[in-house]
Amino acid sequence: MSAGTAAAPAPGRSAGRARVAPARIVLLLFTALVLLYLVFPIFVIVPLSFSSAKYLQFPPPGFSTQWYESYFGQDAWTDATRLSLGIATFAAVLATVLGTAAALSLVRGRYPGKQAVNSFIVSPLVIPGIIVAIGVYFFYARIRLIGSPLALALAHTALAIPFVVINVSATLEGFDERLEWAAMNLGANRLQTFLRVTLPIIRPGVFAGFLFAFITSFDELIVALFVSGTGAVTLPIKMWESLRQDIDPTIAAVSTMLITVSVLVLLSAELLRTRGERMRTAKVPEPDEAAVRGALE
Amino acid sequence: MATQTQAQPQAGAVGTADRTGQAARFARQGRAAQRRYLLLLLPALLFLVVFYGYPVASMLTRAFTDPHLGLQNFAPFVQARSKIEFLGTTIPSNAYLRVIGITLQIAFGVTLVTLLLGYPVAYALSSMSLARANLLMIFVLIPFWTSILVRSYAWMVLLNKEGLVNKVLTGLGFTPEPLSLMHTRLAVYIGMIHILLPFMILPLYAVMRGIDRNLMRAAENLGARPTQTFRHVFLPLSLPGVGAGVLLVFILALGFYITPALLGGQKDVMISMLIQQQVANLNWGSAAALALVLLLIAVAIYLAFTRVLGVQKIFGGAAR
Repeated sequence: MSAGTAAAPAPGRSAGRARVAPARIVLLLFTALVLLYLVFPIFVIVPLSFSSAKYLQFPPPGFSTQWYESYFGQDAWTDATRLSLGIATFAAVLATVLGTAAALSLVRGRYPGKQAVNSFIVSPLVIPGIIVAIGVYFFYARIRLIGSPLALALAHTALAIPFVVINVSATLEGFDERLEWAAMNLGANRLQTFLRVTLPIIRPGVFAGFLFAFITSFDELIVALFVSGTGAVTLPIKMWESLRQDIDPTIAAVSTMLITVSVLVLLSAELLRTRGERMRTAKVPEPDEAAVRGALE
Repeated sequence: MATQTQAQPQAGAVGTADRTGQAARFARQGRAAQRRYLLLLLPALLFLVVFYGYPVASMLTRAFTDPHLGLQNFAPFVQARSKIEFLGTTIPSNAYLRVIGITLQIAFGVTLVTLLLGYPVAYALSSMSLARANLLMIFVLIPFWTSILVRSYAWMVLLNKEGLVNKVLTGLGFTPEPLSLMHTRLAVYIGMIHILLPFMILPLYAVMRGIDRNLMRAAENLGARPTQTFRHVFLPLSLPGVGAGVLLVFILALGFYITPALLGGQKDVMISMLIQQQVANLNWGSAAALALVLLLIAVAIYLAFTRVLGVQKIFGGAAR
């Protein structure tokens, strides 16, 4: 499906040339294949989730919604989903508040050690997950918090803060501070200025940060594996257990629903990004800037 | 800290707006604003210290203190439990070094392949119109936003004995009977490359998009052949993207756990999996020592890239 779009002769490169060079055709074919490799495995799961077979079988012999019924019929799955949604919402809200404040400070403040503080705040993105996981595990084991959903949500918040800081910082970079001075000159106090001027302008970055934070927590497995004990079985843990033991096709149904969520999140993030670019001053658009920055997980 | 103490005497003056001179007033307001910016930073900073910085730091010190003070946890890295013959020389072999070797090898292989696949794709996307590139970018972003568990599961389905890959291979007559693709190093590579490829393409694309195409037109006007233009103009300008992508993918690959655990076999143990095993066996000191080594490798590579190769601004750069 990508082949059709990608292999079509692309305008926009050297305008003088009418014909597409053979090298370019090879390049576009290669690109189409790589893009197919990226998305095909993900969408292979979708037909499987509607399979009427009792085991994983390809191609599916017939249509059935039995695996979705199996998912909604098992408390273990629905409880895990509900718990994950709760933890991710908590972590995303807290990370968004803390991260937005920190981003304002890091972009606009001038104080010694700012660079070091910034490195520390974004470091959870690059520190291998297992290191954070066992650090938090030892810490929670000592204060007897293993198995507490709140404790897991707090650990996820720490992992999510960098995404908010990076996304909000990106929107603040091109922010014209004179807009705030104008508001204050017209009699607005600091809170009013923030809520009525600053926030509306940086909102796309804040929302994008929130989405990243939410997904970070919602998909997080490694810290959860250590910290959740028996009291906080999240959806990724339930999936992990299912994948390790029996590959019950219920997981195909769960995966299909998660893919749908990812696509929706992606579309809203893209929408926010383009809106963010328009909201800022007339800057040369840098495509996927937010995504690239967010990619540094 | 210094800023905070300096700004202290001005605390009361902000609201009263004494009008001795505009410059002085602005300066004072500036310092007050700086103090507020520090206050905005504190909640996030404190939170991260309590729930991330302190736990990780105190865990790492266990490498030297658990079960008792000393370097006993690092002994397995240097002790040779057995020797193996390799190209005529005898090299020490033990579980720790072997796992580190496997980890570095996988991380290196994955980085190399993602670069070879990602560079042409990013190049093609960056030479298209913005609208078309944005549309195709969805193919990169969908996997990026999809859970690693789901993506690993997808490969479990595809690489299965009865999976689609085997169906196609036997159907086309490449192999008489289905291959055992699951639980192999190859499966680990395929899955990890799939998961990490977006992390290579995105920074490459961002850098390439910023390259002024007029430079290439100028080179062509001056008589350079397309290959020369690419090699002497485009390639050097795209190197920051290469550096960022390679660094990102390599460091992320070092810490992989889920994918090798699901797709790999008994021999495909990466450092993260060994650390998990040590925690499960209650060898906390040993787990901490491994974590410290993993962290040091990652930091060393990060420093090598940022200092030596001058890869700057790849971590968002809230602070300039």
